[in-house]
Amino acid sequence: MIPLNHYLIVSAVLFAIGTAGVFLRRNLITILLSVEIMLNAVNLTFVAFGRYRGDVDGQIITFFVMTVAAAEAAVGLALIIALFRHRESLNPDAFTSLKW
Amino acid sequence: MPEIVTFYLLAGLAILASALVIGQRNPMYSVMFLIVAFAALAGLYIQLEAPFVAVAQIIIYAGAIMVLFLFVVMLLNAPQEDGAEWDRAHPLRRPGIGRVGAVLAGVLILQLAYALMKVKELEAPVGSQTGGVTVSSVRELGKVLFERHAFAFEATSVLILVAMVGAVVLARREGES
Repeated sequence: MIPLNHYLIVSAVLFAIGTAGVFLRRNLITILLSVEIMLNAVNLTFVAFGRYRGDVDGQIITFFVMTVAAAEAAVGLALIIALFRHRESLNPDAFTSLKW
Repeated sequence: MPEIVTFYLLAGLAILASALVIGQRNPMYSVMFLIVAFAALAGLYIQLEAPFVAVAQIIIYAGAIMVLFLFVVMLLNAPQEDGAEWDRAHPLRRPGIGRVGAVLAGVLILQLAYALMKVKELEAPVGSQTGGVTVSSVRELGKVLFERHAFAFEATSVLILVAMVGAVVLARREGES
């Protein structure tokens, strides 16, 4: 049996990669993909903890996270399409209308 | 022993593919690598005795969400990040306040490392010594989902409806009625 720590470390590394992607990439689609990586890292933590606690609640919440991820992807991509029509660009620095 | 080898193989593949997602300049390749990372994570779920989550991971993430991303990447003709612009406007190269995000990312990694060092080693599931090992069947999952979490499940359907309507409204061309 693999110790719980190993799963937590993998999850932490994945979450850090996702965070780095959000901060470093200059492309709205890649930023959304990084958010998906972070959601998956959290899912892995939930399932691992659920497994080691011996109940199924960890898996249940994973389904809810997946549903929210699907909704987030649909709305996020619709926003990206609308923004791209306005500026012909996916660079987040191109959208500064709300900047003060 | 084989289970340890499988774990390191899948974990390494997931981390490598995720790092490559971040490293690509072309969003098309990023989406492809993310599908590889999701497949590796599905393998980890199977190892954690959560086969239904693994199947849902493949069907929902790799099958539905990533196809949605691919559609949008192809629809928008996937403009790549510009190298010269990248050098100029990169957050790490900006002075002062622009670096706050990078500092926060570093702090996050430190916090995660610190938290993981404090975790006690847990070699086997709680209760496996007493013989209370649960193999989570779909039947058991469904029972818990529809009995204890019935309200959250119904609320989810409202969420999906709102997301669907929102996506249609947002992506519609202006001026159409």
